[in-house]
Amino acid sequence: MKMKKFKNLSGNLITYAMVVVAFLLCELALSGMIDGFKMSRSLKGQLVPICVYIVMAVSLNLTVGISGELSLGHAGFMSLGAFSGILFSQWLLSAFPQTDLALVRLVGALITGGIVAAIAGVLIGIPVLRLRGDYLAIVTLAFGEIIRNLLNCVYFSLEGASVHFSFLDPNLPGTVVINGPMGAIGVKKLASFEAGFLLVLFTLVVVLNLINSRSGRAIMAIRDNRIAAESVGIHVTKYRMLAFVISAALAGMAGALYGLNYSTVQAAKFKFDTSILVLVFVVLGGIGNIRGSIIAATVLTVLPEMLRDFGTYRMLIYAIVLIVVMLATNSPMLRSTLDGLAGKLKNAKEGDKA
Amino acid sequence: MKKILAIALALAMMMTASFAMAEEAIKIGVIGPMTGPYAVYGLAVQYGAQIAAEEINAQGGIQLEILAADDQGDGELGVNAYNDLLDDGANIMLATVTSGSCLAVSDVAYEERVFMLTPSGSADAITVGKDNIYRVCFKDSAQGLASAQYIADHKLATKIGVIYNNALDYSIGIYNSFKTKAAELGLEIVAEAAFSDDTNADFSVQISKMQEAGAELVFLPIYYTPASLILSQSASAGYSPIFFGVDGMDGILTLEGFDKTLAEGVMLLTPFSADAEDELTRNFVATYQAKYGEIPNQFAADAYDGVYALKAAIELAGITADTAPEDACDPMIAAMQQIEVAGLTGTMRWDATGEVDKTPTAVVIKDGVYVGAK
Amino acid sequence: MIQFLSYLVNGISLGSVYAIIALGYSMVYGIAKMLNFAHGDVIMVGAFVSFSATQYWGMSPLVSVVVAVAVCTLLGILIERLAYKPLRSATSLAVLITAIGMSWLLQNLALLIWGANPKSFTSIVNLGSIVLFDGQLRITSEAIVTVLANIVIMLVLTQFTGKTKMGKAMRAVSEDRGAAELMGINVNATISMTFAIGSGLAAIAGVLLCSAYPVLMPTTGSMPGIKAFTAAVFGGIGSIPGALIGGLLLGIIEILGKAYVSTELGDALVFAVLIIVLLVKPTGLLGKKVHEKV
Repeated sequence: MKMKKFKNLSGNLITYAMVVVAFLLCELALSGMIDGFKMSRSLKGQLVPICVYIVMAVSLNLTVGISGELSLGHAGFMSLGAFSGILFSQWLLSAFPQTDLALVRLVGALITGGIVAAIAGVLIGIPVLRLRGDYLAIVTLAFGEIIRNLLNCVYFSLEGASVHFSFLDPNLPGTVVINGPMGAIGVKKLASFEAGFLLVLFTLVVVLNLINSRSGRAIMAIRDNRIAAESVGIHVTKYRMLAFVISAALAGMAGALYGLNYSTVQAAKFKFDTSILVLVFVVLGGIGNIRGSIIAATVLTVLPEMLRDFGTYRMLIYAIVLIVVMLATNSPMLRSTLDGLAGKLKNAKEGDKA
Repeated sequence: MKKILAIALALAMMMTASFAMAEEAIKIGVIGPMTGPYAVYGLAVQYGAQIAAEEINAQGGIQLEILAADDQGDGELGVNAYNDLLDDGANIMLATVTSGSCLAVSDVAYEERVFMLTPSGSADAITVGKDNIYRVCFKDSAQGLASAQYIADHKLATKIGVIYNNALDYSIGIYNSFKTKAAELGLEIVAEAAFSDDTNADFSVQISKMQEAGAELVFLPIYYTPASLILSQSASAGYSPIFFGVDGMDGILTLEGFDKTLAEGVMLLTPFSADAEDELTRNFVATYQAKYGEIPNQFAADAYDGVYALKAAIELAGITADTAPEDACDPMIAAMQQIEVAGLTGTMRWDATGEVDKTPTAVVIKDGVYVGAK
Repeated sequence: MIQFLSYLVNGISLGSVYAIIALGYSMVYGIAKMLNFAHGDVIMVGAFVSFSATQYWGMSPLVSVVVAVAVCTLLGILIERLAYKPLRSATSLAVLITAIGMSWLLQNLALLIWGANPKSFTSIVNLGSIVLFDGQLRITSEAIVTVLANIVIMLVLTQFTGKTKMGKAMRAVSEDRGAAELMGINVNATISMTFAIGSGLAAIAGVLLCSAYPVLMPTTGSMPGIKAFTAAVFGGIGSIPGALIGGLLLGIIEILGKAYVSTELGDALVFAVLIIVLLVKPTGLLGKKVHEKV
């Protein structure tokens, strides 16, 4: 038991170390202090989205991997976070135009995004968590689509410190911030790589601590055997809900950061495909494997950009890479061959030592 | 992670190294959806721009190179594509194709002082407050106003119905300005019905609503693909009002397999028609068809004109392949306001707002071809 | 009243298209226990093949359907062999992601083969419409053919799974894969067979989908695919009559919702009803109740 705890701890430390080292390397490249070690514009522009997708993947892994519920509507929480975060940030700007509150606006937007998504998580969680398996999956998909459909009909405008809202009617006084299907417009960008890095760290602290806590063990016990968990007195609904809501809140924060990284964001961005994309990160990185999610989110965000030279074949190649990787990592036949090879190598090494 | 980053960085460095030895051609970055559901528009722009560049290069004089990058119509990927093109040494942007992505990219281009001419991003907000963003196509509100004005001037109908795409900024933008102008002109909008990209197969309800309200004219501020479904479903519902479209309707006659009799009598305001008889259009359509096996739509025409406009401005501003994007920006802005380009979509001039001045022509479809409406 | 009837008829037309896609979806799910997200894209391929056969190779519409079914059946077997079979013992999520990859692959292949320009599909049934009540109620021939096709396919499938040896093997595999294997059923062959039939049905669905709503492009299959998935869950996934009922109800709700509530919110309504149904009956309308083993 002690041994296992130690292993967990060291595993977590490796994860943190990896993120921090990657961050420092990026900062070094950004600063341009070392000749020849520079970052292309393309990669520079992707730093914030990478952080966002890492947070999305880690938070979805909490639902899918740790809690064992297949969710297909994660982008819905992201969109709520994005839109509410933008609204908060723009409102502060409009209410106090004189004072420079950039940091307050950014942090406030992240918190707002997190809270709004968490509330939605509770509301959606109540019906969703009564279901199981693929039925749960389709209901999360349904909620994701409903959120997107509703966001397409929502209009918000700001006039000084007052906020105007309407449903389906675009004619509002003041400056329109959320403009129905045209999405959030005229957003003052606040997101930075540093903020993204801190959000990733925050997410890791929350998720890793949760996993290694009493609640986390309860959540995993429910995943592994609900009836057994129930019989030893674990409050099933409470713990499933806990994981679901935390996951939603983190996705909301990621959404807020995402929203503040662009001058405009449309609800159409958060369609089913985005939920699926994040799910791909989670599965490819390893279900329940937080470090894997981080790596997969990074690689799969950068990969399509690196494939740009292939022109129209780009997405085709991306799809093929995805299938091949899935087959390579999950096919028992390929796996046993690989394991065999690894075993031989290991034997050879040990033989050397002897 | 470290390893991957190292690889990524190495790759990025290779890219920077490769563009250091730039050739003489001035590089124009084209961004648009080349895969995904909007691929038809992005590819048309890429092809149209390519044809223009090849024609210009064949004349000798300044040499242009088109660098195309896919954004799938998405803002995030649009910004990625923009950065990637600058890494590859683009001097000027002919971007982006779709409004949503264009809004996101134009803000970055404005901050970074990169000159950008959008061939088809039509949302009003794209050029507002951004001195270095110009556009080839009409802005949405202008199309809505022009349509309402045309309908009122020609007394086409008094009871009007509108079917629009509730999830498309282009459609909503035109519709809102149309609505305001129609009210001013005393046109009565008796029915309005929306659809979204997800429910764009069945239009029976929308058509019934038009029919019930007795709309004599149905305004369709949408693209030709859903419009073709509305036409065929109206025909099978036995409903035949005047259908009035905007530039997005262009392309309906070239839709492969489409029964052209369904489009009989459809009117549209468009700056370009592939059936026009002038030599410029005929040559362009012939080249395009020979090269890409398809009939060009207005997106291809906008891109073609865009490249010629850029060429005129580049010559006037004295931009060379060595001019950095930031240095090219201000001379380009000044030059754009002085040039006049006679293109496929009309004779174009630009003012300081970045909006183009050209006239849309109203056409009506008769016997499967466009005929100039009176 | 006639207006309502007219909406109802339109709803049934739309629903019958969802139903025919859902039949294939549901069958594959019931036996292979996987959400085949590439199913919608097989539909798209079927429609494109039929389109090419009539437009470019000059075949008659009916022959083109046969060609489409043959191509899609082969495609289904190929996809299954290459992508799904190696993952037979992997987690269902791994298979799900592979299916998504396959869906992207098919879409992008279609983009390269047929280009991005949308095509207008010529209806294969085109017999005009039945007009009732002085033109106030119209029933298109496509709708009638689709409804009939649904009924025929449903009957054939229930007979097939109920009476034939192969069909019984399928049901056995669906009930308990391990036990079926022990009884000497070739599980792999049975699942491959399921994919072949499901993909053949997808071709028919594609042709009927595009006959009713004649726009064809590489992404044509994705939204109907998701809707059909919803319909299959609605009716109780894995149940053949359930898929039919689910599809029809989904179409009717969508049309009535658009007609009487709001055209903007048609989709949200469909999904809201789905959620309510699943809360009342967690395994769909005709789904089997799964007893938990302790």
